[in-house]
Amino acid sequence: MSDAAPAIRTEELAKRYGKITALAGLTMSIPAGDVFGFLGPNGAGKTTAVKLLLGLAKPTSGEGWVLGAPLSDRAAHRRARADVGYLPELFRYQPWLSAREVLRVHCELIGLDRARWDAEIKDALGIVGLAERADDRVGGYSKGMQQRLGLGVALLGRPALVLLDEPTSALDPVGRHDVREVIRALKARGTTVFLNSHLLTEVEQVCDRVAIVDKGRVIQVGTLDELLRADAVRVRATGIANGGYDGLRSFGELQHEGEWLVIRGIAQDRVPDLVRAIVERGGRVYAVEPRHESLEDRFLSLLEKPRP
Amino acid sequence: MRGLVIARLVIREAARRRLLLALLILTLIVVTLTGWGFSRIPTITQRGAPLPDVQIKVIASQFLILTMFMFSFVLAMAAVFVAAPQISGDVESGTALAILSRPIGRAEYVTGKWAGLAALVAIYAGGAAAIELGVVNAVIGYVPPEPLAFIAFVIAEGLVIMTLALLLSTRLSGMVGGVIALVLFGIAWIGGIVGGIGAAFDNAGITHVGTATKLILPTDGLWRGAVYALEPQSFIAAGSQAGPASAANPFYASSAAPLSFELYVAGWVALVFGLAVLSFRAREP
Repeated sequence: MSDAAPAIRTEELAKRYGKITALAGLTMSIPAGDVFGFLGPNGAGKTTAVKLLLGLAKPTSGEGWVLGAPLSDRAAHRRARADVGYLPELFRYQPWLSAREVLRVHCELIGLDRARWDAEIKDALGIVGLAERADDRVGGYSKGMQQRLGLGVALLGRPALVLLDEPTSALDPVGRHDVREVIRALKARGTTVFLNSHLLTEVEQVCDRVAIVDKGRVIQVGTLDELLRADAVRVRATGIANGGYDGLRSFGELQHEGEWLVIRGIAQDRVPDLVRAIVERGGRVYAVEPRHESLEDRFLSLLEKPRP
Repeated sequence: MRGLVIARLVIREAARRRLLLALLILTLIVVTLTGWGFSRIPTITQRGAPLPDVQIKVIASQFLILTMFMFSFVLAMAAVFVAAPQISGDVESGTALAILSRPIGRAEYVTGKWAGLAALVAIYAGGAAAIELGVVNAVIGYVPPEPLAFIAFVIAEGLVIMTLALLLSTRLSGMVGGVIALVLFGIAWIGGIVGGIGAAFDNAGITHVGTATKLILPTDGLWRGAVYALEPQSFIAAGSQAGPASAANPFYASSAAPLSFELYVAGWVALVFGLAVLSFRAREP
């Protein structure tokens, strides 16, 4: 975590539509320069959170700050939005404009100095790989190209904060790879990225920190290392004497996976002791691997866990 | 002023989607046909003798009023078709998300939409009326008494119905908002005739119904103002002799629209526009 002021901060930010709670008291802080993954199943309140942060919806209660500007101060928040890029999840640009024209409209909306437009547009088109189709009407674009254009629009003017809502939902594997590269480039540039996604592998590959949301609440937040702690070890060993396994149970929960023995809940500094104990019981050890829980396992276990 | 970006987008869309081209071609066709019609008026004879000049002018003025009614009707329809999906369409397609997440306020956005639409209304109304009046003048040498006032009234009528459609667009889909705006436009037109009938039969109740519809949606009142600007004095004098019964004729106006009505219309547009801003402020795209 950096010491800089947070790019996004929320305190008990909530949104209700009548009896339906879309977001129930979101409290979080995202340091400037972080790539932050916002994970959750469909309907968890991810898009609602993004809309609140962008002033597209009004919170029912709570407060949030985007680049230091409070949501409740409309004028300050509007000014701050000049430095925020946003790729919506479901959107269409004016089909009767070309990509270059869409980008020009957004240059003007951001209030970018006119002298910078051409360079910025060329940059954005190059990054998202649309340079050759820049003058074609957006109406003729595939879904993936529209998404690339959306990403280009979000990158215009080198914003300090970029919010990406499911940026790869319409992309093929090459496109997904490209988006990951774009996010890494943004990070290198010091841009804060807020990535809304349900694609766990994507989040796992690019995010520094992750929040897992469900039913409008953050149920876990932390770095990937914190979230995916290695608390299991896999050992390939043969020749362990009958009854020898009983003595190993003090290290953790045992499970057989073919030739492999999985010990869950073992502290990492006890792994050498475990190996010695296996050898003492006549076992021949061929391999020892710490086993990381995948984000998917963690995600599913968090969502399944009954909560108060 | 980011509202200007939005206004330019409205105009650019009308151009790109070939709305302006379609209106231009249709206008030229109508002008050609009516121009031919006007050119035939002097050939009308009565008992073998050509009509006196005064009568030709009266016929021309009547024909012109009917032609212009068609133009104003097309203008109202076109204004509704273009305005009704302006905001709802952006919300439905998600375009509004991309635009409103930028440093632009809801009021600026609605103002931009209104300004763009107002420019389209003015371009079409001013352009079509100027072409038609020019052709009539060239063909038959007839110029109505107050052509500029006429154009101003027709533009105002277009602005009124467009502003209403834009208000509806902040909450309803283009289809629903458009149908509602057109039905109200029709009711206002009928209301004007009903009020005239009330006046003809000196029935205060029916007259009030007419006045109320004129105030709720002032399109018919503005149309009467436009008609008055096209009527030669001789025609108004003849109408006055026919008594109040002529008030029920939707193509006739016995008196100019009072200044108080013109001010009322300006207030009406400002109020409905303000409601549109408030309504859209409370809406989540």
